[in-house]
Amino acid sequence: MLKRLLLASALCAVACGQALAQTPVKIGVLNDRSGVYADISGEGSVAAARMAVEDFKAAEKGLKVEIVAADHQNKPDVGASIARAWYDRDGVDAIFDVPTSSVALAINQVTREKNKAFINSGAGTADLTGPQCSPNTVHWTYDTVALANGTGGAMVKRGGTTWFFLTADYAFGQALQRDTTEVVNKNGGKVIGAVKTPFPTADFSSFLLQAQGSGAKVIGLANAGGDTINAIKQAAEFGITEGGQAIAGLLIFSSDIHALTPKVAQGLVLTEPFYWDLNDGTRAFSDRFAKQAGGKKPTAVQAGVYASVLHYLKAVEALKSASDGSKVVAKMKEIPTDDPLFGKGNIRPDGRTIHDMYLFEVKKPAESKGPWDLYKTLATIPGNEAFRPLNQGNCPLVNKS
Amino acid sequence: MPTILGVPMQALFGQLLLGLINGSFYAILSLGLAIIFGLLNIINFTHGAQYMMGAFVAWMLLNYAGLGYWWALLLAPIVVGLFGVILERLLISRLYKLDHLYGLLLTFGLALIIQGLFRNEYGVSGLPYAIPSELSGGQRLPFMFLPNYRGWVVVASLVVCIATWLVIEKTKLGAYLRAATENPTLVQAFGVNVPLLLTLTYGFGVALAAFAGVLAAPVYSVNPNMGADIIIVVFAVVVIGGMGSILGSIVTGFTLGLIEGLTKVFYPEASSTVIFVIMVLVLLVKPAGLFGRTA
Repeated sequence: MLKRLLLASALCAVACGQALAQTPVKIGVLNDRSGVYADISGEGSVAAARMAVEDFKAAEKGLKVEIVAADHQNKPDVGASIARAWYDRDGVDAIFDVPTSSVALAINQVTREKNKAFINSGAGTADLTGPQCSPNTVHWTYDTVALANGTGGAMVKRGGTTWFFLTADYAFGQALQRDTTEVVNKNGGKVIGAVKTPFPTADFSSFLLQAQGSGAKVIGLANAGGDTINAIKQAAEFGITEGGQAIAGLLIFSSDIHALTPKVAQGLVLTEPFYWDLNDGTRAFSDRFAKQAGGKKPTAVQAGVYASVLHYLKAVEALKSASDGSKVVAKMKEIPTDDPLFGKGNIRPDGRTIHDMYLFEVKKPAESKGPWDLYKTLATIPGNEAFRPLNQGNCPLVNKS
Repeated sequence: MPTILGVPMQALFGQLLLGLINGSFYAILSLGLAIIFGLLNIINFTHGAQYMMGAFVAWMLLNYAGLGYWWALLLAPIVVGLFGVILERLLISRLYKLDHLYGLLLTFGLALIIQGLFRNEYGVSGLPYAIPSELSGGQRLPFMFLPNYRGWVVVASLVVCIATWLVIEKTKLGAYLRAATENPTLVQAFGVNVPLLLTLTYGFGVALAAFAGVLAAPVYSVNPNMGADIIIVVFAVVVIGGMGSILGSIVTGFTLGLIEGLTKVFYPEASSTVIFVIMVLVLLVKPAGLFGRTA
């Protein structure tokens, strides 16, 4: 017993001594590793975080960074208890990624309570920087308002003036429908119908038939993941796009389009904050990423994890400490953001990272030169137009003056 | 245009047809479950995973061996059926003398393992599988656009269901099977190899699931979780039809597809729950199911 104790303290003398010399930072990547969002986040996000630590050259800059990862199974209670264990027991300083809005909102609360840092990349809800905004939270990659703005606005301008929604019957789908309806109306379009589809649904043919019968010019898919894939696959089967109706995917990632193939998804218009083939910076990163991820290109969420870890480490380096979450987040807001994937931008007082969004159209099979050659860029939406204006989010951190 | 409760007649016809198509999947899947339960007394929770394997084997045949849809329709059930035979010999056959619960736990665990392995290898976004060129396109019916492939699904599943029913009810092999269900000891005493019969039955039930998986591959997303979503509904179908009743599962499968289709028109939010509501009602009134024998 005594021997073991001595050994332990001897080990500590070595390990703890090193830790004192360098600033320890422990990053937790919390996401879906087995469910519907495992491909957009999952292990790929952990790889992205690891790449960010390498590229930052953390060790040379006096940071001793450790990365841990866990599966929140898309359940808020599971996510919250992992977060508590990480913060209380394992000494995690910041949690990254967290797709699934309900889990993200739970982590938002826990992080604020423990005064750590929460840098979200995977979740969609704009409430994270709205009524639920927190001095400990940054929302990096996208949100429902930006998606609705991009796709909704663009479709109406392209002549899609009448809309019919297929809406996943839960909070996220309804929020997406609400936000998009607002944008459609603002641009002079009209919503002529909607059907609430149970979540999840395998067969959309019945709902597609109703959408077809409505005669709307645009069918808006206010759903995500497997639901969206099934809906698009079956829309092609039922000849919806051939019949002159357009499909608008309101939350789609490149991994979904890759699974559908351009043959099925061609002509689909969508909004994303990132695509691997945008410029030299994104291509170089994506090639390196693909080598670690079995040939897969990174999704916007994984790119967001990379960029946000990079920016977080800059703030920690400046402060020489990661222990006070709200201080680190304040520092992150102070330093302008600049990385090869999202370009130059900034983080607003409400925690929203401002960067450009892109309006893409899925290529036709003839235009696509490879399995990952999926999009052509229709428009770049400048960051200050893409996101909800700062004073409209009802975030208590923002002075209304 | 004539309407029913504010819904145009024409739209209604379309929805009924779509309901029938979904009913086809329910019918084949619940048929396999019913056969396995009827003869082996095993509640086969691996059924959804085996349905998923059918779709994946079709994809693998196309991508690794260059064999198209029609080959897959033949080979995938055989491959997955053989997998079922191995499973039965190695694991399930050890549980026949035990309570149902053990079979349920074993098959449920196996389903989780199989799904996990596929997820690990292929991810969750799904894999593309195109409709065979012979069946692409569609017919413009007076009330809707019917993709040819959907029509084929109804025909194929009807043929398979009726053929299975005929084999079990009208042939000598079927008679052995039914006898072995009633009293295995006595049938064995007459010189029939009952364990072999049970193994083949399980293999056949699994092959039916794989057949449904191949049928589903071009229209639904081919992903490791595809079976987990549908299997719960199919269990409800089997319970409504009467556990172990062959005819019951076929008729109930198609009927519930129709009812679900109608719900999608009148109150879409309830379309995923309507089958369970019916299940509760049936269990209250007729606990053995609509076609079940009361023991």
